[in-house]
This record gives sequence, C-alpha cells and structure tokens, in this order.
Amino acid sequence: MNNYHLDYLDELESESIHIFREVAGQFEKPALLFSGGKDSITLVHLALKAFRPGKFPFPLVHIDTGHNFPEALQFRDHLAEQIGEKLIVRHVEDTIKAKRLTEQKGKFASRNQLQTYTLLDTIEEFGFDVCIGGARRDEEKARAKERIFSVRDEFGQWDPKRQRPELWNTYNGKIHKGENVRAFPISNWTELDVWNYIRREKIELPSIYFAHDREVLEYEGQYVAISDFIRIDETDIIVQKKVRYRTVGDMTCTAAVASNASTIEDIISEIIATKTSERGETRIDDKVSEAAMEDRKKNGYF
Amino acid sequence: MDILRFITAGSVDDGKSTLIGRLLYDSKNIMVDQLEAIEKQTKNRAEGDIDLALLTDGLRAEREQGITIDVAYKYFTTPKRKFIIADAPGHIQYTRNMVTGASNSDLIIILIDARNGVAEQTRRHSIIASLLNMPQVIVAVNKMDLVDYSQDVYNNIVIEYAKLARALGLNEVTYIPISALKGDNIVERSAEFQWYEGQSLLHLLENVEVEKVINLDKARFPVQYVIRPQTEALHDYRGYAGKIISGIYRKGDAITVLPSGATSRIKAIETDGGRPVDEAFATQSIVLHLEEDIDVSRGDVIVLNNDLPQTAQELEVLLCWMDSKPLIPGNKYLLQINSTSVRSVVKEIAYRMDVNSLEKNYAPAQAELNDIVKVVIKTALPVVYDSYKDLRVNGGAILIDETSNVTVGACMIQ
Ligand SMILES: Nc1nc2c(ncn2[C@@H]2O[C@H](COP(=O)(O)OP(=O)(O)OP(=O)(O)O)[C@@H](O)[C@H]2O)c(=O)[nH]1
Ligand SMILES: [Mg+2]
Repeated sequence: MNNYHLDYLDELESESIHIFREVAGQFEKPALLFSGGKDSITLVHLALKAFRPGKFPFPLVHIDTGHNFPEALQFRDHLAEQIGEKLIVRHVEDTIKAKRLTEQKGKFASRNQLQTYTLLDTIEEFGFDVCIGGARRDEEKARAKERIFSVRDEFGQWDPKRQRPELWNTYNGKIHKGENVRAFPISNWTELDVWNYIRREKIELPSIYFAHDREVLEYEGQYVAISDFIRIDETDIIVQKKVRYRTVGDMTCTAAVASNASTIEDIISEIIATKTSERGETRIDDKVSEAAMEDRKKNGYF
Repeated sequence: MDILRFITAGSVDDGKSTLIGRLLYDSKNIMVDQLEAIEKQTKNRAEGDIDLALLTDGLRAEREQGITIDVAYKYFTTPKRKFIIADAPGHIQYTRNMVTGASNSDLIIILIDARNGVAEQTRRHSIIASLLNMPQVIVAVNKMDLVDYSQDVYNNIVIEYAKLARALGLNEVTYIPISALKGDNIVERSAEFQWYEGQSLLHLLENVEVEKVINLDKARFPVQYVIRPQTEALHDYRGYAGKIISGIYRKGDAITVLPSGATSRIKAIETDGGRPVDEAFATQSIVLHLEEDIDVSRGDVIVLNNDLPQTAQELEVLLCWMDSKPLIPGNKYLLQINSTSVRSVVKEIAYRMDVNSLEKNYAPAQAELNDIVKVVIKTALPVVYDSYKDLRVNGGAILIDETSNVTVGACMIQ
C-alpha cells in the first residue's frame, strides 16, 4: 500500500464535507438543524472543516420542545458562542399555544410529533430550502432507505416510494417552490464511527454523555430521568443510578443506560460490547409501532 | 482499515435481502432488539422460521408485499474490513433504485436462483454492472438447498453466466454456491458442498482486492464552493473548496482551470478548515489557493497540466433511462456532472440494447423506462469530463427533467 491511502474515518469525513459544500453550492437558504446531541455536534465539527476560515453559509436552528435536558441546552449556547455562528431557536411551546395543538397524554407524554409543526413553521418563516440533519442510516430501518438529498413536499412529507435516483456523488438539489430538501451528510456513518471520530478529533460533548449520578425511574427495563415532564405514579420506584446517555433527545422519551464510563475510551468499549442498538436501548418513542419512524418521516419529521 | 462498498443484485426473490440478513446474523452483527423485532414480524406472518429479509425490508409496503422496493444500506465491520452494503430491489419497476445503489459500489454480488438460472433481471443487472464498470463481480448461485446441493445444476449455471459475462466484458467474476436461507457458504464453508473448493462468501468479501476507483495520475478537482470570509483580517482570502476526485496536488504545481483554460500555480493547500499542507490527494476534501487572481467559480475544474480531461459540447453517452415518461430525441434536460450543471438536448438515440439478446436495435423512436440506450447529447456550454471507462469519477453524469426536477437518466460518457 502506498502513502496515498485514506483511513475509513478520513474517507467518511471527506464524503460528509463534500455533501456540506454541495448543499452550500446548490441552495439559496440552508439551515443546519441542531439538536444538541452528538450527531449534530459532529455535524458542526464537519461544517467547521468544510467552511473555515469562512463563516457557515447557514444558521444553526434548534427546535426546542421544552423538554430538553438542561445540560444539552447549555452546551448548545456554549457551542454557538464558541464558534461565533448564528443560532435560531424556535419553541414547540409557542406553536402549541398559537395553533391550539393538543398535547399527548400519558406517563411519558412526548412532544416528538408536535416538533414537526414547529419545524415546518420555521422553514416557512425563514424560507429555508434545505435543512441539514444528522440522521444516520444505521439508526433505524426507514432511515436506512433514505437518500442523502431527500426531497420533501410542501408539507415536509417524505414519500419513500417516489425517491429520486441518486447516482455516484452527484446530488440533485433541484426543487419546486414550496418543497424543500433534507440533506444528511453523515448518512453512511455508524454509531461507532461517530464515537471513534469524536475521540480522534477530541470533540467536546455535553456532560450527560458521560457516567453521572441521576435520579431515575425504572420503567420496563429502561431508566428514565426524573423531571417535571413525566408523570410519576405512586407505584413508581425512584432510584439513584450511575448512568450515561447514549443519545440525547427529549427527557420524556430518551432513556439512560447504566454505566460507569467516564471517558470516551470507556464509552467506546461499552458500545463495542453492547448487544442492543442505539435507538432500541434509548428511545421510548420508536416502540409505538413497527413503522413509527417511517410514519413520522411521512409526516414531515427529520 | 479500509471500506468495501458492495451491492446485492439479481432477479426478484432470488434471495438478496435474505442473504444480507444471513450475513449479518451469522457474523453476529444484528443487535438483540432488532432480532426480536423481526422475530415478532415473522410470527405475524405465520411463516415459522425468522425471515431474515425483514432486516433490510424496512418499509411498511415492503413488509406487506414481501419485496424490496428501495435500496437499504447496512453497515458492518469485521476485524479485516468495514462494509457498506446496499440491498437492491430485484423487481424491474425499481431498477432505478438498483442503479442508485450500484453507482457507489466497488463490488456487486449477483444472485441467481438455482432452480431458475439466468433470468431477464439477472441480465439487466449484469448489463448495468458492466456499464457502471463495476470492478468486481461475485455470482452467488442461491437456494442450492432446493436442488439437493447439486454440482451439475451449479456448473450449468456457471457455464450459462460465463457466456453472458464474456459478452459484457465482465472480467473479474468469482462464482460461489450458497443457500442464504440455511446459511451455507455464507460466513463458514458448508459441509453440504463437498465438491466446492473455494472459500465462504464472507471470506471472499474480506479478502477481495478491489482495485479502488481512486486514480492517482489524473488530477481532477471540481470546485464546489468559493470561501471568501471578507473580514478585515482575511481580506484577500479566496479559497476554492472541493474534493479531489482523482490525482495528487502539490504546492507549486502548474494548473489549468477548465473550461476557461486560464492557468496559474498552486499557492497553498489547506485541509481541516485552514491547516496548510504541502500536498493532498484523492479523495480528500481541501481548499486550494492560486497564485494569480483569476476567475474561478463553482463548477469549474482545476486540473494539472500533464494530463488534461476532455472539454466538449457534444457527448456520446451510454444512458440508463429511469423515468416513466419516454425519452424522445429533441428533449431538453439539465446535465449535471460533479458540481457543474448545464442545459442540454438529446440529439439522437443511436441504438437501444436488447436485454435478452444483447443486440443493438438502431435508431429507435424513443427510449422507455429502464431502457439502456446510446445517445448523443449536445450541451449549451462546454463540459469537462473523462471517458467513464478511464475515470469513473469524472465520466458519470445525471440528466434532470427541468419540469419535474426528477433525475431521469444515468449517463456514462464514452
Ligand atoms: N429455500 C431457500 N429459500 C430462500 C433462499 N434464499 C431466499 N429464500 C426465500 O426466497 C424468498 C425471497 O427472498 P428475498 O430475500 O426476499 O428475495 P430478494 O431477492 O431480496 O427479493 P426482491 O428484493 O424483492 O427482489 C423468501 O421467501 C426467502 O425465504 C435459499 O437459499 N433457500
Ligand atoms: Mg430484497
């Protein structure tokens, strides 16, 4: 083998940077959807590589459900300030009030579905023609099917039966007025790739990714953080546990995993050894039905 | 560690999805919750064993019909390699999705049902593999359990396919008998095949030398985006951002910007968002700075002077037509190659390839969905390209219907 050889992480990184620059080159008004989780933090890191020393040709946009982990919100603001890029926050709470939306009921009532309304309103408010997201194809079986440039209709809907062909690394970003594209630069990364990359690049993460003590309630084998957003019943057993988060979504629908991992190395060892998938272990919202993700995407979700 | 990207192809129901499920299952790359989910689904359909195809057939419609509609991407790693798998649909109606998955693959596994032999879709997918210049082909004769693991059945199919491969100019073909359902010859060699001397499929995949599509001689750098901070500190900063699709670039190299023909030298190369380096190579994403202040913008290609690509406004193209509306000579489309798009018109259809006889039907009136045709395309502006056969990364283009915005054609420039 000669010296002109890229390691797999370099190859993935370059593919992602290429996608970022295609987005910047093809669209008028892009936005980067920033959730505060490790995948979107990785996206920001890749965007720095794609556009520095220039500014990002897009703002970071956060759809705040009001059910976020405080650590994730703090980190979001800290990161935006550190890199000096514009951050737009829109609140699901406001959409609920303005549109008189009905909130889910139940023990872990989630705003996951309602997020889509705020997202679509935000897209309209700013006229975004493309939203960059951190979805990966290894996460979930509907995501495994999605193109890198995924065209959504006026209502944000994904039509899996009518996806455009997508050849080589040539991305077709042409759309009609009102439509928009979701672009996924880390489509081909796995969970482990992301962690290995975070380690290699020394990317900073919110503290909740590392093991910490937390009050949780054990529910069907999953640990859910105690917060104002879930209903606590008398029969619930609340325990103090050493946990970390494998993904960071809403407090109502993201479960923690028991762990002592205090460094990235520890986390990587645990992930290599795990027998459960990322979403399977941590997402309460995917368990609603077999096709929960596909249905949400068809309704305009990321 | 390197990455091998491969695709499974072949006719409907030949067992492509089952094969991938089996490969992941037997190599212990399926998580318990995913396995539980497909076990549950299988029971719903009352079929007994777990249906491993459900691992990739993730859409509601696919599960309902028991077929694959669109490509699914799956990932797994062994100590030897990292694999990115595309599971293609076999159904003719979804050929465009197979082309999508194949276009980025280094290797194709063509499955053949041992009971049926080479079918029309086997041929179509093989033709596409040859058009796309697929570096490696593995022909997996599947469902051997249904023909008593018969060596004769296998040999006959190998002979039949070898003829097709020769006609299509597919050189690197490896054959293997398997049963995706039973797991024979997938991860481990199976005792059922006393007569088979080769390795298991996984062993082949782990060890195949894929002549990577990366070419280090012809230097090609399509400009995607111009970085101009326009701040006080970086007032004169003007960097051309893009990915080196082939070749090596060094500081001081003499370059030409195409199609304009302007020349200059490389003043600086940056990676990692501003880190200067002396050289960079395919497929790194970088930023280039030039000595002279010349006009360069998105869509231009910066090349080294020793080996120039073609620049032309008339292209001979082998085309997979992927739209339900027919292609009629005189139709106009947008032609996109890497970061350039130009208006174009399909002037004539030279011939249409008959998938079964491989014969050329000259001057057809139009091309229909899934047809493979040779056409002449005229473009409004000069296009910078290499012949697809020589340099895949700079010889593939797509056609976009400007009224629907849909990608309707895959072009291999000759
Ligand atoms: N007996 C036997 N049956 C098999 C084998 N491989 C696949 N099958 C069965 O063949 C049927 C089709 O399998 P799939 O894996 O869905 O076929 P496919 O090629 O992915 O089909 P499409 O994607 O729709 O083109 C299923 O009922 C499988 O169980 C095999 O090795 N032996
Ligand atoms: Mg299939």
